[in-house]
Amino acid sequence: MSGDHNPPNRRTEIDAHIADGNVDRAASELRELWRREPGSATASFVSARLDQLRDKLPLSKFKLAILRSFTVEPILPLLRAEAFAYAIEVEIHLGDFNTYVQEIVDAGSSLYRFAPNAIILAVRAGDVAPDLAREFAALSPEAAQQAADRVARNYEQWVHSFRQHSQAVLIIHSLERPAHPSLGVLDSQTETGQSGRIRQINRELRRVAGEVRGVYILDYDALVARYGNAHWHDERKWLMARLPIAADHLLHMAREWTRFLVPLAGRTCKALVVDLDNTLWGGIIGEDGMAGIKVGAEYPGAAFQALQRALLDLARRGILLAICSKNNPDDALEAIEKHPGMLVRAKDFAAMRINWGDKSQNLREIAQELNIGIDALAFLDDNPFEREQVRAALPEVFVIDISGNPLEYAGAVRDCPVFERLSLSAEDQQRTSMYAEQRQRSDAEHNFQSKEDFFRYLEQEADLDPITDLTLARVAQLTQKTNQFNTTTRRYSDAQITDLAKQPDWHIFSIKVRDRFGDHGLVGVAITRDEGDQCEIDTFLLSCRVIGRTVETALLAHLAKSAAERGCQRLIGWFLPTKKNAPARDFYQQHGFVRGETSNSGTLWVLDLKTSTLASPDWIKLNVAAAATTR
Amino acid sequence: MSASTFDEVRSIASDILGLPVARLTADSSPETVESWDSVQHLNLVLALEEKFGLQLSPEEIEQMKTLGATATLIETKLQSTPR
Repeated sequence: MSGDHNPPNRRTEIDAHIADGNVDRAASELRELWRREPGSATASFVSARLDQLRDKLPLSKFKLAILRSFTVEPILPLLRAEAFAYAIEVEIHLGDFNTYVQEIVDAGSSLYRFAPNAIILAVRAGDVAPDLAREFAALSPEAAQQAADRVARNYEQWVHSFRQHSQAVLIIHSLERPAHPSLGVLDSQTETGQSGRIRQINRELRRVAGEVRGVYILDYDALVARYGNAHWHDERKWLMARLPIAADHLLHMAREWTRFLVPLAGRTCKALVVDLDNTLWGGIIGEDGMAGIKVGAEYPGAAFQALQRALLDLARRGILLAICSKNNPDDALEAIEKHPGMLVRAKDFAAMRINWGDKSQNLREIAQELNIGIDALAFLDDNPFEREQVRAALPEVFVIDISGNPLEYAGAVRDCPVFERLSLSAEDQQRTSMYAEQRQRSDAEHNFQSKEDFFRYLEQEADLDPITDLTLARVAQLTQKTNQFNTTTRRYSDAQITDLAKQPDWHIFSIKVRDRFGDHGLVGVAITRDEGDQCEIDTFLLSCRVIGRTVETALLAHLAKSAAERGCQRLIGWFLPTKKNAPARDFYQQHGFVRGETSNSGTLWVLDLKTSTLASPDWIKLNVAAAATTR
Repeated sequence: MSASTFDEVRSIASDILGLPVARLTADSSPETVESWDSVQHLNLVLALEEKFGLQLSPEEIEQMKTLGATATLIETKLQSTPR
């Protein structure tokens, strides 16, 4: 054990960097410290330094309320340090012990005054259902059923009450089944035993979460099981300090919360770039050859198959896969396409850079080819040198830390919060094939004399539809994820979009696009608000897949037409510059808007609807649903 | 108590209590260190348990009256626990 605790040198250096105002260096050293020795002591150190640095660093602010029936205070520094690894600054409101019901039902409670982005309801079975959890033997079968029904109903009422007062996300800890059920092995033979009743409540919780937008379940039972029930709990700390979780597992609780915070704070990655030799397979293809590399159903190849299965699971979540490897491309491609043990093939990768060049340069090119930001890339490589090189050259890339043991690779990918998604759209599930179609389009583009010829050849068709239950999640997701072609970069949750859709003066437009190569899906969103005789564009965004295909003109022309039909004289819109939205900078100007007022945050653009000649390009076939224009 | 165990306990306490290592001695206690309240005491207990891979009973936590006493306690625990 001795020598395991890092000498305080790194800590002293961090404090020196902070004193010198060298905030970027301090931040990267803090993250390095956390990677090397995550735990309670380090978390306190990191958390205290974050208090000094947070206003000087580009962090996503996230307001989190935790309502609880047990002590969580020692977990909070761990949560702050862990969230910081994903560039999130968590501000926490902590409810008092067991006051969650009052806080939820009282619209004027400190919970709602805090205006959280998300709320975690961390309540244990022993507190919310004490009779089921502790006095089960005293309950008749009818009484046990009534108790479970009552608890489920209570949760449902809290959720509905909560949704009336707040649009924030709600994350509910499911209830934990007893480690030693009242009926012993007999308990497992029936659904009406102690475990069965707890399961019943959890099923009801899941149903409610499915019915109310922005409500999610944290499977506490599964979390405890992952680390082992007997190890997770510390009865002495529970009796002494109302802390039910053993010291070793406080970090795991913080990490489970972080799996929700990362997607909620928009810190997810859109693509995972993997190395080949000793990452995707065992051995070095250039030296060991097809017969020598390890990948297959048996050990050691099984470890690499496990990683490949994890990659395929990510692809199904809409995460793009790419390859960055120092190899001869012919050797590598032959192994990918022909090796019998490979589960991923060339078609599963949206981009490949197999060459002897610098990896950070290759990663830049991959981001460009996929049309996503560098900070949307995650990188997996067994070689610590390559990881450090990428970290130093491209600090925006999320570099996954792996040990030298291939058996742990799949878990490292599966546990990584940057790949978590809280909802999936149809677009997510077929993203890789969309990128393959994109490659064909790019190839086609080169063969045309003029842009217009190319646009006509594309045979684009666009549907302008009103927002529906089916498209709502995708619309909210686009507001959360779109950074480049986005005039105002305003982020909306599912619940906020639902709310806006009900306002009579607000209009939400979505555009779906397809062309001769395939279906892009729902790729554009515009949100407008009428105020007197003018219509303000609150949000105008377009997925990067369709930028430069004049789809934006079609959508804007539709907004103008629809505003004019409602009697508006002017269409106005702010452009609020960010680090990333340069592609949308000249958008309004190019479409005949004139410069209006300027503020610290941006420029207002104005289009006079009486004199405007803005029209949709004739090479896009438009299908306008009636409700999108009139509602 | 050995110097190395004390150094480790002290560097953990330094993180938890937010004080430079140089400001902490074997005699440092909740009476002499302002930030060492009951919340930080629990945090210190948890950080020690996590770092040394052991669990402390309420009676043992009572014995942690100074940093020196804490280091002695940890050392005794480490010697008596088969590892």
